[in-house]
Amino acid sequence: MSTLKVLEEDFSAWKCVTCGHTLNPSPVELEYLDSKFNVELPACPDCGFVLIPEELALGKMAEVERMLEDK
Amino acid sequence: MDQKNLRDWEARCTQEEPPKCKARCPLHVDGREFCRLLQAGQIDKAWAVLCKTMPFPSITARICGGDCQSDCLRARKGGGIELAALERFAAENFKRSPMLRALPPKGKKIAIFGAFLPGLAAAWDLGKKGFTVTVFCEDKMQGFGNLPTDRISNEVIEKELAQLGKMNVSFAEHGKADPQTIMAACDSFDAVFVDPLTCSSTQLGMTEVDTATLQTSRDTLFASPEVNNSSLISLIALGRKGALSIERKLQNASLTAGRDREAPFKTKLFTNISKVEEVEPITVPGGGYSPEQAREEASRCLLCECMECVSNCAYLEEFKSYPKAYARQIYNNASIVMGTRMANTMINSCMLCGLCEKVCPENFAMQDIVLEARQDLVEKGHMPPSAHEFALRDMDFADSATCALVKHQPGTTRSKYVFFPGCQLSASAPGAIERTYVHLYSTLDGGTGLMLRCCGAPADWGGQKEIFERKMESLKRDWESLGHPQIIAACPTCIKILQQGLPEAEILTLWSALSSEVDQLKEHPETALLSLQDPCSARDNHELMNDVRLLLSGMNVTFNEPELSGSLTECCGFGGLLANANEPLSRKTAERRAEKLDHDGVTYCAMCRDMLAKAGKRCQHILDIIFPDGSDDPAGRIAPGYSTRRENRVRLKETLLRETWDEQPEPRNDYESMVVEFTAEARKMMEERRILLSDIQKTLHSVQESKQVLENMETGHLLVQFRPVTVTYWVEYEMNGASYLVHRVWSHRMRVLG
Repeated sequence: MSTLKVLEEDFSAWKCVTCGHTLNPSPVELEYLDSKFNVELPACPDCGFVLIPEELALGKMAEVERMLEDK
Repeated sequence: MDQKNLRDWEARCTQEEPPKCKARCPLHVDGREFCRLLQAGQIDKAWAVLCKTMPFPSITARICGGDCQSDCLRARKGGGIELAALERFAAENFKRSPMLRALPPKGKKIAIFGAFLPGLAAAWDLGKKGFTVTVFCEDKMQGFGNLPTDRISNEVIEKELAQLGKMNVSFAEHGKADPQTIMAACDSFDAVFVDPLTCSSTQLGMTEVDTATLQTSRDTLFASPEVNNSSLISLIALGRKGALSIERKLQNASLTAGRDREAPFKTKLFTNISKVEEVEPITVPGGGYSPEQAREEASRCLLCECMECVSNCAYLEEFKSYPKAYARQIYNNASIVMGTRMANTMINSCMLCGLCEKVCPENFAMQDIVLEARQDLVEKGHMPPSAHEFALRDMDFADSATCALVKHQPGTTRSKYVFFPGCQLSASAPGAIERTYVHLYSTLDGGTGLMLRCCGAPADWGGQKEIFERKMESLKRDWESLGHPQIIAACPTCIKILQQGLPEAEILTLWSALSSEVDQLKEHPETALLSLQDPCSARDNHELMNDVRLLLSGMNVTFNEPELSGSLTECCGFGGLLANANEPLSRKTAERRAEKLDHDGVTYCAMCRDMLAKAGKRCQHILDIIFPDGSDDPAGRIAPGYSTRRENRVRLKETLLRETWDEQPEPRNDYESMVVEFTAEARKMMEERRILLSDIQKTLHSVQESKQVLENMETGHLLVQFRPVTVTYWVEYEMNGASYLVHRVWSHRMRVLG
């Protein structure tokens, strides 16, 4: 499964406080109602903590959630 | 819903029934569509409507006598539409006529005897369908030649005869045929139609004729008994009837099936004309209507339709159709195995308020279909999790130990009564509950206990049958633990649910209980004239609606009834969990209802009060009048947000325990001690995104363990997340001394696997 690029913006202003690293676009697996997606999202290169930005959560992600809920 | 149920439901919605003009017309010309197009000035398209139904339309449209005019609904509001004159106008003013093409010859030969209107109409219909028709007559002008010449020129007649010629029809002008010739033709033609104006079935010696099909005892011979005093259009319809029977006969199809509406019939279509103003018809000048006059006359057409429920319901209007179509969509939705269930949002947007059933002449109950559809979705595991989860969580919260309370009156061990205010009143106006409870136990003998909890309505509305049953069982246990007291309920929804789910309990309305002491309640701040908002859950409870009116009158509170009131009241937008599944529609519904109340509202449902207040309508709960809290403007009280509603319930229990029962409430959860402040934008986000203060506190609290924090190096803001069960919450904040200042909050349901 290919990794989807869903974010245009740069999130390198965010850093992981615990690890001290800035977030880098990284492949992440998301799941909802038994459907899985590989998406490129900002994450800490060390601990892997993933940021789901507000515009993604309320935009495309909410749209996909709704779509899957009607499947 | 099975196929049969679907058909039964569909049959009850009359929106697709034909208008009266079409039902009454022997040819079933769609006068409504014709007028609709003329209203828009689309003469050619209007003409095409006539051409679709009328044989030789240039003639038929000029000779129609307007049989429908007396049946026209407009007849009761000024005068029936002058449809005949409009048809004549269209025939004389169209610029383009639709191309008429006959089907290729089928190789079946038909003989028609007589070229009067019935014979020519049969020839037209059969020729168009590809039958090879020979019309035996003395003169092909027989029928058309005798029509009023001032309306029908030779040119028009020749044009229509030429069209017949292009449609597999030829004329054999051999003089009047005698019965023997006609009977002999039955052997050489596949079927024979005899124009009754040439020769009746009696003259043919046929004593047995089925008047519904015109079939004689000779099964390929179709004839009619003598016709008297028939209108010209009825003569044409007679020819059409014979033609249809011949077509069916030669296709070996049933001659009788589905023909019950061939003759003029009574339509079931209901059209409400109570608000229609009278408009006189435009007098038809001798030379017919001018284009302006035609348009004006057509504009008097009411374009009859039912839409009685749709025009009274924001929900039914929202999805741009009507119950018959919705029933089909719901049926299809349930049949989907793989694919998208397109009707889920529609199913979850009904308020279940039942107004449609009341206004529908056939009592179509959309709420019954919708609730069944929701139960079906839940049962099959297809209910969208986000649709009702927030409301179901709220219900569980109201029933949790932090909010729920079941107790006898302080200092007593038995309860003759128990006050059951309902969880939304606790959330909206906890102080009113405290004051009401004090009044009740001070005035009623025999002990008055208190039950703070939810009645289970959200589970019922959400189609969660199992959860609802569990709620009712626990409610029953609570009630039994107090010794089966009479329940004094304040909330109209609770009353409805309790009456259904706990039939063994005697349910009193708070309003009837208060009425008995009405003299004590007369001292209240003066109120101006108010508009009474009946909650939709009271719709069928006439006793409840009556109790409230008696109480208000007893207290000298003056009120008027909005346009839709009592059993026809409208929902405030909360019913059926609409606000959860479709917030924009819920808001629209509330605003629509608010507009119907001329004055400040007064209601006896906490949700009506808050939904109307949220829509900008000043509104009081009756308890605000009976037991005022001393505020200057109870009607202007801001509806509490989701977090405040929860806090109100918790505090109500804590206050009652401390002050009424002299007990110490349980300590609060650790996370609740966190001091959190919000920017105005963050507060707005919380409400719009249904994120509670407790969700935020839990998220901030969880980080103390997880230590997973992001920091924005440009703004200095910190960002944390927490997923208690099914939703992940994100909180963006900065530290403000020892407290948290929250800037942004958002959530999603999708899960990060890693």
